[in-house]
Amino acid sequence: MTATAPIVRLDGVEKRFGAVRALSGVSLDLAAGECLGLVGHNGAGKSTLMNVLSGVLTPDAGRVSIAGQDVTGGYSTANAQAHGVRCVFQELSLCPNLTVAENARISHPAIRGFGWRGQARRLIGNKLGEVFPGHGISPNDLVGDLSIARRQMVEIARAFAVTDRPARVVILDEPTSSLDSVAAGLLLKHVRRFVEGGGTCVLISHLLGEILDTSDRIAVMRDGGVVALDAARAFDRRSLVAAMGSVTEAHGQADAAPKRGTAQPVVRARPLKQPDERELTAHAGEVVGLAGLSGQGQTELLVRIFDRAPGTDVAGPVALVAGDRQSDGVFPLWSIAENIAVGSLRRFKGKWLLDEAGITHFAEDWRRKIGIRTPDVGNPILSLSGGNQQKALFARALGSDARIVVMDDPMRGVDVGTKQEVYGMIREQAAKGRCFLWYTTETDELRNCDHVYVFREGIIAADLPRAEMTEEKVIHASFREDA
Amino acid sequence: MASQIGNLISPRLLRALLPPLSLAALLVTIFWLQPRTQSYFGLNLLLNLAIPIALATIAQMFILCVNELDLSIGAFVSLCACITATWLNDTPLLGVLALAGLVGVYALLGALIHLRNLPSIVVTLGMSFVWLGLAVLVLPTPGGAAPGWIRSLMTLKPPLVPFPIIAAVAIAGVVHVGLMRSAFGTVLRGAGGNPASLARAGWSILRIKMTMFALAGFFGALSGMALVGLTTSADANIALRYTLLSIAGVILGGGEFVGGRVSPIGAVIGAVTLALAGSFLSFLRLNPDWQIGAQGAILILVLALRVLISRGEARR
Repeated sequence: MTATAPIVRLDGVEKRFGAVRALSGVSLDLAAGECLGLVGHNGAGKSTLMNVLSGVLTPDAGRVSIAGQDVTGGYSTANAQAHGVRCVFQELSLCPNLTVAENARISHPAIRGFGWRGQARRLIGNKLGEVFPGHGISPNDLVGDLSIARRQMVEIARAFAVTDRPARVVILDEPTSSLDSVAAGLLLKHVRRFVEGGGTCVLISHLLGEILDTSDRIAVMRDGGVVALDAARAFDRRSLVAAMGSVTEAHGQADAAPKRGTAQPVVRARPLKQPDERELTAHAGEVVGLAGLSGQGQTELLVRIFDRAPGTDVAGPVALVAGDRQSDGVFPLWSIAENIAVGSLRRFKGKWLLDEAGITHFAEDWRRKIGIRTPDVGNPILSLSGGNQQKALFARALGSDARIVVMDDPMRGVDVGTKQEVYGMIREQAAKGRCFLWYTTETDELRNCDHVYVFREGIIAADLPRAEMTEEKVIHASFREDA
Repeated sequence: MASQIGNLISPRLLRALLPPLSLAALLVTIFWLQPRTQSYFGLNLLLNLAIPIALATIAQMFILCVNELDLSIGAFVSLCACITATWLNDTPLLGVLALAGLVGVYALLGALIHLRNLPSIVVTLGMSFVWLGLAVLVLPTPGGAAPGWIRSLMTLKPPLVPFPIIAAVAIAGVVHVGLMRSAFGTVLRGAGGNPASLARAGWSILRIKMTMFALAGFFGALSGMALVGLTTSADANIALRYTLLSIAGVILGGGEFVGGRVSPIGAVIGAVTLALAGSFLSFLRLNPDWQIGAQGAILILVLALRVLISRGEARR
C-alpha cells in the first residue's frame, strides 16, 4: 500500500442538470486505507458526486483518475466495477424477483459456469456472516420477501464481497438509514476493519455521530462544492453543522404579524409516532413549513391531512399540490385548461355535459393571474416547461374552493424565476385567508413561512415560529442529538 | 398445530402449486366426463395442439420477463407457419434463412423499443399487421405442405408416454434450466426485476432486451413449425388467437406483467390448461363458440384464487 499516491483523484468535476448546477468544480483525493466521511444538507451534491465516482453519471467537466490512471473518457459503471469501485446506493438496488445468491451473481460476473449457485451462496453467505453475524438471512431467500433492513445488509455484503476483482473503494450512501442500531454498529466496525486492511471507504450519512467516530477525514459539501475538508479530529458536531449551512440571518420579511393565539386553527395533526404532545397546527392566512431532511415523514403527514385520516382535525376543504408532477400531478394527455379545471369540475357541470367554454374561460383567467407561459390553454400540458406545468398544478389547487392547500415539495426541478413568482403568489393567497402547508427540502424556501416544523424520523423534532427560525436551528434539529 | 401446518404450506408454495393443481382439476374432470381420453391415443389427441401454444407462451414469457408485452406473437407464429409450409418445404435453405432473419428482426425490435423508449404494446401491435401482411404475401390462399421431418417428429409415437407430454416436459425443462437455473438466465431475469441495478452492475440492458426478444422470436418460429407439423398445411390467420392465449398462459402459470416474475414450467402448464379448455367444452356438449369465454372463465377463476392466497399472505 502506497500511502502517498491517492487511489482516486477527482479534479474539478462539474455536473449540471438543466439549469441546476449539481457539482461546481469538486476536487477530492481518496487515499488507500482511509475512510472519508461526506456530509451536507439536502441537494448539496453528495449523491451526485458519488454517482460520478461510480460511473453512473458522466461529469460535464473535470477529470476522474483511479490509481494514477485517467479514466474520465468512457468511464462507465462496468469500468468502475473493473477498477474495484463499488457503491451501495441510497435507494436499494437489488432485484426483488431474485434470491440473495442470485443478486450476488448480478454484481459479480466472475461467478459462472457449473456450480455457480454454490459459489454465489458461499460468497454472499460468508460475507454476510462476517459483517453482520447472526443476520438470519438465507442465500436462498427471495429478496422481495426480506425486510428493508435485511435487503440493505445483503446489498452491503455484496459490495464488500470479493471475487476476481478487488474491492478498492466502497461507497456507502446513507447505509445505516434503514438499519437498526446493532446492525449499524456492526457495519461501522466492518468499515474500520476494511479500511485498516488497506481499503478505502466513503461514508455518506446524516448521523453526524457515526461520521465523526468512523471517518479519518471529513468533507463537508454545500451547493455542489466541498466547503470544508479536514481530519475528523478537527471537527465536532457544532462545527460540522456550522459548515453545512450558511448561517445568514433570516432577512426582512419578519414583519408579518404572528397570527397565532388569536383564532382557532384550521388544521391540527399529530404524526403517528409522535411521543410527546407536539402537534402541527395551522391557522387561516398562515404559511406553515414542514422542514427536515427528505423522507422524514413530512409527505405522510400531508397525505393524512388531505385524507382527513383519524388523528387529524381539518376544518374546510383541502387541495393538494403534488411534488412528483409526472406520477401524482399532471394528466399527461389532457390540455392545460383541463388540467387546471379538473380540481373544480363540479362548478362546470351543466345539465348533461361539462361547460367547455366555462372551463376555457376559467383556465384563461388563471393563466393570466399566475403567468403560465403559453399562447393557448387548449395546448397539451406537456407542451409546457416543468416550472410552468407546476404553475398549472398551483392554478388547479388555488382555483378550487379549498381553504387549505397542502404542498408536497412542489418546487422540485423548478427554475429560480418561476420560484420567485410562485412564492409571491402563495403570500398573496395567504393574505386572502388561505392556509398553506408546505413541505420543502430547500431551507431557503422556509423564509416564506410563518411557522416551521422540523421533522426527523417521522416525528416533529422542532417547532419554530418565524422569529426564531434560522437555518442553523433547522439543520440542528434535522440531525439527531445523540448520533 | 394448525399454525405450524400453515407455516409449512407457505403462501408462496400455494401460489406455485396453483397452476398444476388447476391443470389436474381440469384433467380429472375431462377423464370423468370421457374416460376414453385416458388412453394413449386419447391423450395424444387431447394434448397435441397444446404444443405450439406452449411454445408461443414461452415466447411471450421471455417478453413479459423484461416488462414488455408482445401483441404480435399470434401473427408472427402464423407467418412462421406459412414460411414453414412453403419455403422451408420447397427450398429448405431459403426457409431457414427467412426464419433466422425473422428472429433477427425480433432482436432489432427489442433494441428499438429499448433505445427509443417506446411502449412495446404499440410497436408490437403495429408489427402484427406487418407479420400478417407478409404471411398473406407468402401464402395468399390456405395450403402448403409440412416438411416431412417436422411432420414425422410431430406425429411420433414413442412407447408408453404420448409425444405431446414428452414435448411439453422437454420444453419446460430446457427453458427452466436456461432461464431459472443458469447464471446468464439470472441476469436476464434481473433485468425485469430492477433494470437500474443491472445497469449499475455494468450489464447492458440493450443487449439483454435484444436477447430476450430474439429468444421470443426463436420460440415463436418453433411454434409455427410445430403447428404446421400437426395441421400439415398453413393459412395466414392460423394462429392469430395465440396472442391472447400466450399472455393468458403466462399469467395463468404464475407469471406477472411486471417485475420479472415468470415461470417457464408454469407457462407451459398454463398453455396446456387453456388448450384443454376447448376439449372440456366439447365433452360437456357445449358449443365450441364458447371456447374463448370458457378460457376467460378459467383465467378469472385461477387469478381470483391467486389474489385470495396473496391476501392471506398480506394478513400474516
